[in-house]
Amino acid sequence: MIDPSWNKEGIKVTCQDPCNLVRKGLGDGVADDLRFVIKQVVGEENFVDMWPNKSNNYCCGGGGGYLQSGFVEKRRAFGRIKFDQIQATDADIVVTPCHNCRSQITDIGQVYGGKYQAVHLWSLIVKAMVRKSTATPL
Amino acid sequence: MSQPIVIGKRKSRFKELAQAAIPGGGNLDLCLTCSSCVNGCPASGISDMDPRKFLRMVLLGLDEEVLQTPWIWWCSMCQRCKRACPMGVDIGALVFMARQQWSRENTPKGIQKSCDLHLEFGNSTGIRREDWVSLCADLVEETRQQEEDWKDLPAPMDKKGAAYYLNQNAKEPTVEPEEMIPLWKILHEVGIDWTYSSEQWDAVNYCMFSGDDRDWEAVVRRQSEIVDDLGCKTLINTE
Ligand code: SF4
Ligand code: SF4
Repeated sequence: MIDPSWNKEGIKVTCQDPCNLVRKGLGDGVADDLRFVIKQVVGEENFVDMWPNKSNNYCCGGGGGYLQSGFVEKRRAFGRIKFDQIQATDADIVVTPCHNCRSQITDIGQVYGGKYQAVHLWSLIVKAMVRKSTATPL
Repeated sequence: MSQPIVIGKRKSRFKELAQAAIPGGGNLDLCLTCSSCVNGCPASGISDMDPRKFLRMVLLGLDEEVLQTPWIWWCSMCQRCKRACPMGVDIGALVFMARQQWSRENTPKGIQKSCDLHLEFGNSTGIRREDWVSLCADLVEETRQQEEDWKDLPAPMDKKGAAYYLNQNAKEPTVEPEEMIPLWKILHEVGIDWTYSSEQWDAVNYCMFSGDDRDWEAVVRRQSEIVDDLGCKTLINTE
């Protein structure tokens, strides 16, 4: 069972659509699924979408081996647009279903002075999960 | 009146190579030079190169320049340009082709190293088998002891016949092992019968980015063999 009431303070959440999962992979359907899950978990009113999004989303700059390639300055310059898009949502949390996105979005947040935190989707789901054994019967 | 660019006679192999390799020829000749790709590309403007310029250089047969520019490592192959392009030109695929032409020695060291470690150790950060196994065992044991609600939490390793085979980005056990626990909790709560394997358990494949198809295939093949050996029906790729 999922209960979004842990987010009483209305922490604002946005998400990054990983290029390999969405545009290059399963398409907008999986991006819609991602939003469905996040809204269930954090409360619908606390989700703010980034723009542009889904298949039209900008790459964060963590993919294609960038994080490993050693071109740190280029990677951060590439990620500047993504950083500005995140800031425009005013979100406290960015859900990054891909680990490369998570590393890159964390890094550009630190470098450019963002206040957000990048988290795995599963870390967020667990916050809202009520175990069958402990749930009070409805 | 401005004069045409004179490039003289050049032997160009790359364009033909690319057109043979990219599905549908990559539509390379269809470019209208409209610049939609440039405007939609996060790598435009971070150096004196952009997707349209790169494509024009390929079409002009400037093989030497095309195969030497480090820009191919500054493009993330995200394919946003392809999506923006009215003619569906696949510049990401072209960049991948150019990466394939680079020698192992010239490929950025970090990418090549992650790939080499994967081939040697079965994961891209070079974690030894016994360390991976004991890390998972210790983490799950700690959770069981510290969290009253999760005394029954499993983290199965090499469990024959499990329905789902789960892999894990090697960065997680390397830099933030405790981040794996929430995933185990979710799988357990929804009643998924899953397992890790003690070998070839990494979810990433940097050989995909270095441009060496044989290495890429070797990594995928080894993992799929392990999944088959364990008799798992479905692989969940966590990356
Ligand atoms: S968007 Fe397509 S047609 Fe336009 S310049 Fe780029 S490759 Fe050419
Ligand atoms: S694939 Fe490369 S050239 Fe195309 S939009 Fe992405 S970064 Fe730019």
